[in-house]
Amino acid sequence: MNEFKKLFWDGVRAEFPLLIGVFPFGMIYGALALNAGLSAPAAQAMSALVFAGSAQFVAAQLLHDAAPAFVILATVAVVNLRHVLYSASLAPYLKNLSLKWKIMLSYLLTDEAYAPTILKYEKEGATPTNHWFLFGAGLALWTTWQISTALGVFLGAAIPDSLPLDFALPLTFIAMVAPALKNRPMVAAAFSAGCVALLAYSLPFKLGLILAALMGILVGTFLEGRK
Amino acid sequence: MNIWLVMLIGGVVTFGMRFSLIYLFGKFEIPETMRRALHYVPPAVLSAIIFPELFFHANHFDISLSNSRLLAGVVAALVAWISKNTLLTILAGMVALLVLQTWR
Repeated sequence: MNEFKKLFWDGVRAEFPLLIGVFPFGMIYGALALNAGLSAPAAQAMSALVFAGSAQFVAAQLLHDAAPAFVILATVAVVNLRHVLYSASLAPYLKNLSLKWKIMLSYLLTDEAYAPTILKYEKEGATPTNHWFLFGAGLALWTTWQISTALGVFLGAAIPDSLPLDFALPLTFIAMVAPALKNRPMVAAAFSAGCVALLAYSLPFKLGLILAALMGILVGTFLEGRK
Repeated sequence: MNIWLVMLIGGVVTFGMRFSLIYLFGKFEIPETMRRALHYVPPAVLSAIIFPELFFHANHFDISLSNSRLLAGVVAALVAWISKNTLLTILAGMVALLVLQTWR
């Protein structure tokens, strides 16, 4: 097996635990979008065009409420604002790629693809082939998202409530963040971001998440600078 | 406005944000502080996602021992910290949650 293939499948494998949580989420989106009055093709198309879970939920709800187009678009923009942070964070590792690669990997860039990828890149640094890992992780998630949306559209969200599969997502993120907490600035960044996220939980459109992330970044950077 | 047009523009906006700095990087000088700050994006963002998932139950802040997800999350964090193994962490957290939910 050549190196590209190996990295691609490493990316797919790293994505697996996240897919456990994403699959039911996609089914719920599909079922909810139909309930909100979207046609089956429209519900499916949104998963391909927007390809961002929370933004799709909010957009479906707003379309149902017949909100004006600019309100829907502004909301989608704010909910997805955190992707600018991911873009900045991955940029140094992808800088030598062709425009075609940059476009494709940007399209595939989600929370779930970002998390395993950045951990790998921070550990190994920039290599000429590392983008295949992100491609594998991103494509695994993309495929799962399209299939689970389709199942949700056609079958409804046929997941028993007693099976807390959605909990797999925060669990995977815990598995990723805990080993990375190696020094005081990292711990402080994680802890302050978490606390602000709790305090700002009631803010709409994931603004609390953005605020919390910025606070964590600020605290970590400040503490590192003081050393 | 046509629903398809709204989705298309929504997709373009989302793509634009994902593409923004991947595209712009290298086209201008990035200050050293900014470079350093980027290392804190993963722990900050991930914690900001994790904390509310553990502490909020049905939109209510719950720090009591009856909050199964919080307890299961603590178990998972300990397993993650010791084992550094993703699958083991998820398994431990899931089992902990199921046990706590069944026994209440």
